Amino acid sequence: MFHILKKSVQTGLVTIGYPHRPAQIPEHFRGAPSFELAGWQDARPSAEACPTGAIAIEESEARRRVTIDYGLCIYCGQCAEADPSGAVKITRDFELAVRARGDLVTTAEYPLTSDGRQGPVAVVPTGLPAAHRTLQPLEQKLQQRIHDILGRSLAIREVDAGSCNGCEMEIGALNNPVYDLERLGIHFVASPRHADMLLVTGPVTRNMELALQKTYRATPAPKIVVAVGACGISGGIFGNHYATIGAVDAVVPVDVFIPGCPPRPQALLHGILLALGRMEQRLNSSDAGR
Amino acid sequence: MTQSSKAFTSKFDQILAPYGFSSAGWSEANEAEVSRAEIHAVVALADFRSTVTRLIEDGCRLASVFAEDRSHAGLGFLIYYVFDHREDVRFLLLRTSVSEDSMVFPSVSAEIPAVNWQEREMQDMFGLVAEGHPNPRRVALHDNWPDIHPLRKDFPIDTVLPPFEGEQHVYRPTLGEGVFQIPVGPVHAGIIEPGHFNFAVAGEPILYLQLRMFYTHKGTEKRFEHMPLRHAVYLAESISGDSSFSHGTAFCQAVECASGAEIPIRAKRMRTILLELERLYNHVGDIGAIVNDVGFGIANAHGARLREMILCVNEELCGSRLLRGLVCPGGMRYDWTEQQTTRCREGLQIFAAEFTDLMKLIDSSDSTRDRLEHTGILHPDKAVDLGIIGVSGRASGVDRDLRRDHPYAAYDEASFAVPVYQAGDVFSRMLVRVDEIVQSMRILKDTLERLVPGPCLVTLPPLPANCVALGAVEGWRGEILHWIRTGPDGRLERCKIKDPSLSNWPALVEAVQGNIVPDFPVINKSFNLSYSGTDR
Repeated sequence: MFHILKKSVQTGLVTIGYPHRPAQIPEHFRGAPSFELAGWQDARPSAEACPTGAIAIEESEARRRVTIDYGLCIYCGQCAEADPSGAVKITRDFELAVRARGDLVTTAEYPLTSDGRQGPVAVVPTGLPAAHRTLQPLEQKLQQRIHDILGRSLAIREVDAGSCNGCEMEIGALNNPVYDLERLGIHFVASPRHADMLLVTGPVTRNMELALQKTYRATPAPKIVVAVGACGISGGIFGNHYATIGAVDAVVPVDVFIPGCPPRPQALLHGILLALGRMEQRLNSSDAGR
Repeated sequence: MTQSSKAFTSKFDQILAPYGFSSAGWSEANEAEVSRAEIHAVVALADFRSTVTRLIEDGCRLASVFAEDRSHAGLGFLIYYVFDHREDVRFLLLRTSVSEDSMVFPSVSAEIPAVNWQEREMQDMFGLVAEGHPNPRRVALHDNWPDIHPLRKDFPIDTVLPPFEGEQHVYRPTLGEGVFQIPVGPVHAGIIEPGHFNFAVAGEPILYLQLRMFYTHKGTEKRFEHMPLRHAVYLAESISGDSSFSHGTAFCQAVECASGAEIPIRAKRMRTILLELERLYNHVGDIGAIVNDVGFGIANAHGARLREMILCVNEELCGSRLLRGLVCPGGMRYDWTEQQTTRCREGLQIFAAEFTDLMKLIDSSDSTRDRLEHTGILHPDKAVDLGIIGVSGRASGVDRDLRRDHPYAAYDEASFAVPVYQAGDVFSRMLVRVDEIVQSMRILKDTLERLVPGPCLVTLPPLPANCVALGAVEGWRGEILHWIRTGPDGRLERCKIKDPSLSNWPALVEAVQGNIVPDFPVINKSFNLSYSGTDR
């Protein structure tokens, strides 16, 4: 007993201050890539380097449409490595959770020059919300109701619907003394019947489809569903094929999407608190178009 | 413990001499295959069963069984059995072919239970028939799937399957007065992966455990066949999240072997460092989780804190807590700065002191030791019969470690001991982890000292078509194998992934028998097998 107390006193407080204080993110962390869309001259090298098709190119009649999807991104950094112009940079941004799937997607359209490169941007990037998008009145009302009912104390049931276990490891880390989810009044429960929120990872396998549906039905209303990781949002590196469905929101309705492969624990905290209306959505067009 | 430095003999040459087949390699009129690090032998289907059993009698171990569809090349279906021997650094690949007309191959599952699921997977994936299999039911594709065989070349990956009708799996009934069945899963109570456990209990003791896996079957092997090589390493890193770097490295080793290129020594040492960091963070987390499952929560809190320390070092070196995105065919994507390696060294120094404290804390609790000893015993003879490998094997007397027996990366220059225990209980499985952490620290210290500047990446030549190669890595859990066949234009025609979990699940079934249900979590945790690695 003396050993235990002595060690605890020696160790002191190890819990991080996030979200009340800014997160301390290591220098070399590979977060969201940022794209200088206005002056990007050639998206092809990055698109070819991307293993999940998060940077997609469509060409028609001397115009090139570039689509960037943070929901497919596995944050490998290949796009920045491949782009010779420096228009793609890796940032340490991790607060990427959004309320609508479309908020993770941005597109820009360019006229093509004779050598296959891009001229000045023709259609201003769209898709990502303007900085700190203001909620519509109805959304605001709904968010307030969620906050009133679930915003203070929350019970989460985690559902692995086919993940590689990477997301589970980071979700599990929320229980350790460093991230300590319970200090925020949030805890994990053993049954969906006790849960307010389902935290679901993908890429929803055909063998887990029924179990996910049943778990959703077993969760009492009102309930929130959060899709975690590239696979949970889009199928990620595994994609959508004979053995997978690809995205959680193809099986059950999803309220918040947390990108990452896997999302770091602070990113998970941000997404969970976003779903409760306790934090703001940060992803906006200035992140992509910097 | 046995030391790593030992003289290897060409044991396979001795063993194979009387078999009557040459170990020089295989080649046939319409395909020329190249492989560099293995012995290949072709056996007629009729002699196959007897050859396999004879090799086992000669002290070889069956590491994996898999098939590939070569019907488009007029070769039918090829089946490979991968063997290794304690006294040979090479793997032996025994190959036979099954014609498209018969589709039948002889099962060896009754004699070698380790291949039970693997043979059934071949049935599911290729439509082959394992003749004489004691339990030939479906395994990877659950009972409600339509009759498809995804790894056949004529099966398009994007086939849209109709909605499945409900659950049809029938568990074997367990009958008797006072005998109950407890179904658990696939959605478990903890934050873990999905699988179904069906316990038959008489009061508290477990009589019999039936497992049903493959809930996370993601068609990964088929997906490899549709990915350009440069992207496939990211898929390899996602086979089992806690073994990202080991799986990524095994894949890259297979590709490098196929290309015939040698990677720079700095890349080898960098890989060794990250492979050991992966072992460290998983082992220390598991030690905490094991004692947590017998009620020592505070030790788990410290264990998790130590795990976080290593994850921070990982992030410093890789930009990813799970060590993703650094390994690539040809070496490492980018080099480390002096500052990064210094931070790694400093982090490890703090970890070493903290780990000593953690073990003192755990050792001070007699009740913890009492709960861990004699719990979940896997007897050494059963471990050998079932072909159990890795941490679980070494806790039950199976003295195998690829780092020593088939050295890769920079392990040939590392000096370390392989801990082996005979008791096979939860406590032994924890002690193997404790000893391996100590040995890892030694490997890390030496390798960091040897990490002299130099290139860390070579450009691989384009892969020759029709080339096969094996990559083998001792992940923290055990032996990881990646076998590839290249197609034209440098694509992959087949990638077989063998995670140690696939052959270790029967160990859990064996170890829980006679134990009480409340001890199941700690027994399960002491094996800590990967569902995703099993199911792929």
